Amino acid sequence: MNPAQHGEPRDPHDDGRPRMRAVVGSHRIEEEIFGRAFDGKVVRRIWEFVRPYRRQVVISVAAVLTFTATQLSIPLLIRYAIDHGMEPGGVQNNVLTVVAILFAVVIAINYVASRTQEAVTGRMAENVLFDIRRRMFAHLQRVSLSFMDKTEVGRLMSRLQGDVNSMQEFLETSVLSVGDIMLLVGIVGVMLWLDWQLALLVLMVIPILLVVRILWLARARAAFMAAHEANSVTNGALAEAIHGVRAVQAMDRAALNARLYDELVEDNFNAHLRASRLAQIMVPIVDSLTGIAMAVVVVAGGLMVVSGRIEVGVMVAFLFYIQRFFDPIRSLTMQYSVMQRAMASGHRLTEVLDVEVAVQDAPDAVALGEDDDGSVEFRNVTFGYDPEHPVLKNVSFRVGSGETVALIGPTGSGKSSSMALIHRFYDVDDGAVMVGGRDVRAVTQESLGRHIAMVLQEPYLFTGSVMDNIRYSSHWATDDDVVEAARAVGAHEFISALPHGYETILDERGGNLSLGQRQLLSFARALVVDARILVLDEATANIDSYTEMQIQRALRTLLEGRTGLVIAHRLATIRNADRIVVLQQGQLIEEGDHEALMDAGGLYSRLYTMNYASFDDLPDEITEAERAIAT
Amino acid sequence: MTDTSTELQANDPQRIFRRTSSVGRDQGLGAIARITRMAFRYPVRVTLALVATVAAVLTQLSIPVILGRAVDQTQAIAEGGGDRDALVASALILLAASVARGLFTLVQNYTAESVGHSLARDLRKDIYDRIQRLSFSFHDRTHSGDLITVGMLDLEGVRMYFSTALVRTVLLTLLIGIGAWLLLSTDLVLGLLALSFVPFAAWRSSVMQLTLRKTWLVLQERLAILSRVMEENLAGIRVVRAFSAADHEMAKFDRASTEALRLSHSRINVRVRATSAMTMAFFGAMALVLLVGGRQVAAGEITVGTLATFLTFMTILQMPVRQLGLMVNAYARASTTGARLFALIDMPVAIDDAPGAPELQITDGTLRLEDVSFAYDGSGGQAAVSGVSFEARRGETIGVVGAPGSGKTTLMHLIPRFYDVTAGRITIDGQDIRDVRLSSVRQAVAVVQQDSFLFTTTIENNIAYGDPFTEGRRIRGVSDSAQLHDYVLGLPKQYGTIVGERGVSLSGGQRQRLSIARTLMMEPAILIFDDSTAAIDAGTESRIRAALREYAADRITLIVAHRLASLMHADRILFLEDGSVVEQGTHEELLALGGRYKALHDLQMRPEGDVLDEKEATP
Repeated sequence: MNPAQHGEPRDPHDDGRPRMRAVVGSHRIEEEIFGRAFDGKVVRRIWEFVRPYRRQVVISVAAVLTFTATQLSIPLLIRYAIDHGMEPGGVQNNVLTVVAILFAVVIAINYVASRTQEAVTGRMAENVLFDIRRRMFAHLQRVSLSFMDKTEVGRLMSRLQGDVNSMQEFLETSVLSVGDIMLLVGIVGVMLWLDWQLALLVLMVIPILLVVRILWLARARAAFMAAHEANSVTNGALAEAIHGVRAVQAMDRAALNARLYDELVEDNFNAHLRASRLAQIMVPIVDSLTGIAMAVVVVAGGLMVVSGRIEVGVMVAFLFYIQRFFDPIRSLTMQYSVMQRAMASGHRLTEVLDVEVAVQDAPDAVALGEDDDGSVEFRNVTFGYDPEHPVLKNVSFRVGSGETVALIGPTGSGKSSSMALIHRFYDVDDGAVMVGGRDVRAVTQESLGRHIAMVLQEPYLFTGSVMDNIRYSSHWATDDDVVEAARAVGAHEFISALPHGYETILDERGGNLSLGQRQLLSFARALVVDARILVLDEATANIDSYTEMQIQRALRTLLEGRTGLVIAHRLATIRNADRIVVLQQGQLIEEGDHEALMDAGGLYSRLYTMNYASFDDLPDEITEAERAIAT
Repeated sequence: MTDTSTELQANDPQRIFRRTSSVGRDQGLGAIARITRMAFRYPVRVTLALVATVAAVLTQLSIPVILGRAVDQTQAIAEGGGDRDALVASALILLAASVARGLFTLVQNYTAESVGHSLARDLRKDIYDRIQRLSFSFHDRTHSGDLITVGMLDLEGVRMYFSTALVRTVLLTLLIGIGAWLLLSTDLVLGLLALSFVPFAAWRSSVMQLTLRKTWLVLQERLAILSRVMEENLAGIRVVRAFSAADHEMAKFDRASTEALRLSHSRINVRVRATSAMTMAFFGAMALVLLVGGRQVAAGEITVGTLATFLTFMTILQMPVRQLGLMVNAYARASTTGARLFALIDMPVAIDDAPGAPELQITDGTLRLEDVSFAYDGSGGQAAVSGVSFEARRGETIGVVGAPGSGKTTLMHLIPRFYDVTAGRITIDGQDIRDVRLSSVRQAVAVVQQDSFLFTTTIENNIAYGDPFTEGRRIRGVSDSAQLHDYVLGLPKQYGTIVGERGVSLSGGQRQRLSIARTLMMEPAILIFDDSTAAIDAGTESRIRAALREYAADRITLIVAHRLASLMHADRILFLEDGSVVEQGTHEELLALGGRYKALHDLQMRPEGDVLDEKEATP
């Protein structure tokens, strides 16, 4: 759309003439929608999920075949009745009665078959869909965090929803297309059986239809895709206007945006009209071919009746079959697109399912228990997300039970990675991380979770009540425990002031609370776990001084009687720690208490005297300078 | 959940946008009438669609008749009495009728769809325009997801109305009406038998569609819960891992998933029961026609051709009758979606230009607040700002401090007229901001917001957002002042880098600097920093301040900040408490005053480690 969107690197002042730098909405980066029509590997993977339902598959295919057979038999019954039950003059009750009974039987079978087919197929497809989704979701709980960090949530969601849905569509229509193929084969077969010459004459239209249809499909699909694309671009622009409405109004862009949006809407309109024209063009073509086939039956069939070669009932039956045989061709060509889409989706699904599980309990893993102390130790730890570039190099330090250690260092020094290793989010490349005196790889992850409570930098809350959020996964905690934890961190007061107290439902991500309040809730959540060790990543953003004070107070409560490992940004936190560990570029460069480090006159003392509120958001030139000093 | 949401709904005029709330009968009928009227904005296409529908029905109905006659002609020839040329003529007429039916159907469908798309086009523009113009107070109380649903899903419901509801009604009425007349006038008994499945199938299909619709709405909610569980889990995966809460999360997932699955199974049952019953009714009627008609043929009362006409007519009628439910559903859908959609585009714009309002004329560049008070809608009249007065002249810098919730941001939002004052007035160079063009006020007063929304486009486009026709060198200039330029040069695509929701993610400080740059771009007479440097480190902030020294000489600068260092150089500082100014003066004056400002200052300036040791020293 707008070239500026995917522009080359350039400086904005290199062009003389003014041009408009405005777009609304943005071009979505769409994924490949259609894959190969058949991909054996994908089909095999999907079959794993269908296998538990193979009995249902057999039943539904059988039902589809039965259903098709009943549909085929009805014109035959009509033909039989016309040719043998209605000889003018003599009323042949027997034949008509027999037809009536047969008809009743066929209807009964048809009823059962159609119910079975639709219900069994539909449910099976739904079940498979939910199973695939569950397996993927469960798998995502175990894959490596670095995969999760690299992958946008929206992308994963489109796997869990869009791709899974197109698999469901595929399964459902697969069974139906078995029916379509059988119906087509059946109609052709029955017509040939009734009179092969007339049948061949009539069937001449099928190749014509197929050719037209194939020529049409390629163009139609392009038009449908274009319409789909235009729609998502337009909707994207609308969503942007809704989310960014305050910025739009503040910068007085409403009028210009409305003009730009009008262009998108017009494009969208035209794309849809094109698609609609292409879709509708098939109607007269199919109708004309039906007309040709019927005319052939009337003339050629009529002459055959005259010559006594066929009976009039056969002619009527042909007319009925003709009206049916275009439907399966139509749905079969549609099915082809469904299959291609399903293969592309299936491929993406298996990609997710194949992401390696990073960390697993060892077969002989033991549970960390009450007897294990709260010590944490790094023994010559080397670790990197990419082995070529380790983010921690041979780091060793020990935090005794009950001690509080502040971990500091500029961005990229490896603080966050150290924190992740304590909880065994990742496995070290070399050395060992010990918790409670045991290697984290030798204990169960579940027990590690109970032994270590974590507070992340961003206080992430879930939709649900305040009570549920503080308790989170600590099922053993009673309501009183929750309230007590909230009191301890000083959150009780504001929670009580909420419209429904602890039962107040938090909006998405706790949007109805201030940042400081959300932080206090995340403290309370960690306190409820009542773990031996607390690992905390302090928030960097500035909050007002009053809340700041509350948070500092809560932090003290939280650390009382526990081992604390804090990635600290605030001087207050750092100075209150028993010891300070300074990391830089993955190496431990200083260790000691505040006074000792100040005396040493290293990185810590320089940063401290520069009086930066946070050691994280340091201006680039300072980190550069420090790096220069270090090397 | 239930308590809060019902309570909110009861006194919220915007509750209509919530999917779960129902739409009143009158509103629904009104919506249907209005969509119908709107369709007649395109009289040519509407007429064409209707004429084509009639023609399509007539040709469609002629086919069974011609077929029946051809069968009779064949038999007549076989018995030696007929005319071969007549048979060939019948075949040709049949072919012509088929081609004509196809063409008429094409015209009918295409024009009907094009009317629908035209309506959608018009409504899209209306919706977009209205959403952009509705004031902050509307958006504060409306869930963005609900607006998105109106603009996307509800729009589809309205779009489908003309082709699926209106045209289909005409089609079905004519098809059944003329067809019934044709059959009944040929043979009353046989006609009644042939039509006997119609009422049952129509009823069954309507009930089915309405049930499906109702359960669909519930299912959508269940699926929304399921996707929220998944989405929150993935977005918060670090918390999940930190608490080793995979089992807890799987249990949540299973609860939501089982619920949705159960509902979708029950929907399958509803559909299957109805469709198989309809099929049975249809074949049953066909069997009766064959049986009774067969006797009549045998008795010589009717011809085989007539019987064939009856049977063919039934097959033609089958599909439309079975789809009658879709038509009923289209009406139901259009009435609720239309009601919601019209409620949005009819929503009065609270903050708008007065009729014939002139442009704001900036002369001295003086801002004056006179006894300004403000209460949010739905706050029960509780003032967020009360009785604030102050004046600022060009070149002055005013600082605003106060505890969270003291009304600082609210006060700042009154100046660009994001909200209208409830009492008092705000003037710029003597002109009440409510009496001049809104757009000129927004150009004159620019705010760097706390949470800045970045648009998913290039950095360049984001900076030029408020002045898209600017020259490239100005973009670089403001970017430099906001201390952003060096960072941008380090990016692979530099100013062409896409940021925002689907672009490169920026840190809080970078976002704020970008937000500052784009606000500077607007060259406003009044520049407001609303706590917009919280994530920027002190050093960078002071460099931004230095870079803006010259820029600030030409305008009024208002600074809201928690960090006193950000505003202690201001010409005047206002201390807000509960919406009122309780202290004001220069930094030195306020310190000398020894009041709240001094207390806050001490709190911040003391070495932080000591704060905790003196419990509750302040406030």
